[in-house]
Amino acid sequence: MIVQVFFWLFATLLIVSALLVITLRNPVHAVLFLILAFFNGAGLFLLAGAEFLAMTLLIVYVGAVLVLFLFIIMMLDVDFDELRARFSRAAPLGLLVGGVLVAELVFVFMAWQPSPMAEKLRAAPVAEGITNTEALGRIIYTDHVFFFQMAGMILLVAMVGAIVLSLHHRKDVKRQDVAKQVARQRKDAVRLVDVKPGQGL
Amino acid sequence: MRLWHEIPAFAGMTGEKGLGENMSIGLAHFLTVAAILFTIGVFGIFLNRKNVIVILMSIELMLLAVNINLVAFSAHLGDLMGQVFSLLILTVAAAEAAIGLAILVVYFRNRGDIAVDDASRLKG
Repeated sequence: MIVQVFFWLFATLLIVSALLVITLRNPVHAVLFLILAFFNGAGLFLLAGAEFLAMTLLIVYVGAVLVLFLFIIMMLDVDFDELRARFSRAAPLGLLVGGVLVAELVFVFMAWQPSPMAEKLRAAPVAEGITNTEALGRIIYTDHVFFFQMAGMILLVAMVGAIVLSLHHRKDVKRQDVAKQVARQRKDAVRLVDVKPGQGL
Repeated sequence: MRLWHEIPAFAGMTGEKGLGENMSIGLAHFLTVAAILFTIGVFGIFLNRKNVIVILMSIELMLLAVNINLVAFSAHLGDLMGQVFSLLILTVAAAEAAIGLAILVVYFRNRGDIAVDDASRLKG
């Protein structure tokens, strides 16, 4: 019973906040509702028993990615009301595509049933008696260590790419160049002038 | 702590489909929620064609829907592979958000706004 109650709670809040994300005018509010949506998604993960993924979703997504979104929105000084000018023109097409898509997906999911051989085809059957995190750790660091390393490489490349893209050297700002200051010699800066009396420089 | 295969909704491959007579929460419920969420993401891209920030947020919603699908199948089949894959999707989504926002910052710096529907700079 408690599973049903929480499922409907999480699912309803998830869909309502997702709708608010795409319809709200103020993008700061949209990001805050996206955070709410991800919290409820994590709740659904918990109901399905994926505790590690639920916590990862909260830490990685809410803690890092969505805060990054908030940073960017508040950093860029954009007139967001102007961006809504075309709100209604593409909406009917979007509704059509969305309606067809959700109908197809629901039909597919309703007609789906597992193959009788599916149980034997499982790649990593869940182990008895250990927690979800431990079970995931056991297969990630052994059987799928290549995927794990690839994920690390993807994050590294993304980090380098983001830094390269957004690193911006402004020419019109005076900056301190320590090496140039240290390399300065006396003979470059000081000149002895022999001043004759009564003539000036 | 309760282990995940002890949760009645996902007691393994018993052959029950969630939307059965007893209305317990099963695979079909999760898949329907994920389908609706994915559709909201697609619709958001159509609705906010100018605002690239909301487009990025819609992509995040679609990725969350895909993750819900993978986790639901993983729990239903008793196979952890789905959760491993979901972890990889999370990684790629984080990388995509970082790169997307970096591109957005550069675009804003060059143009002074982020209206992307008339972005034809790459045509030269």
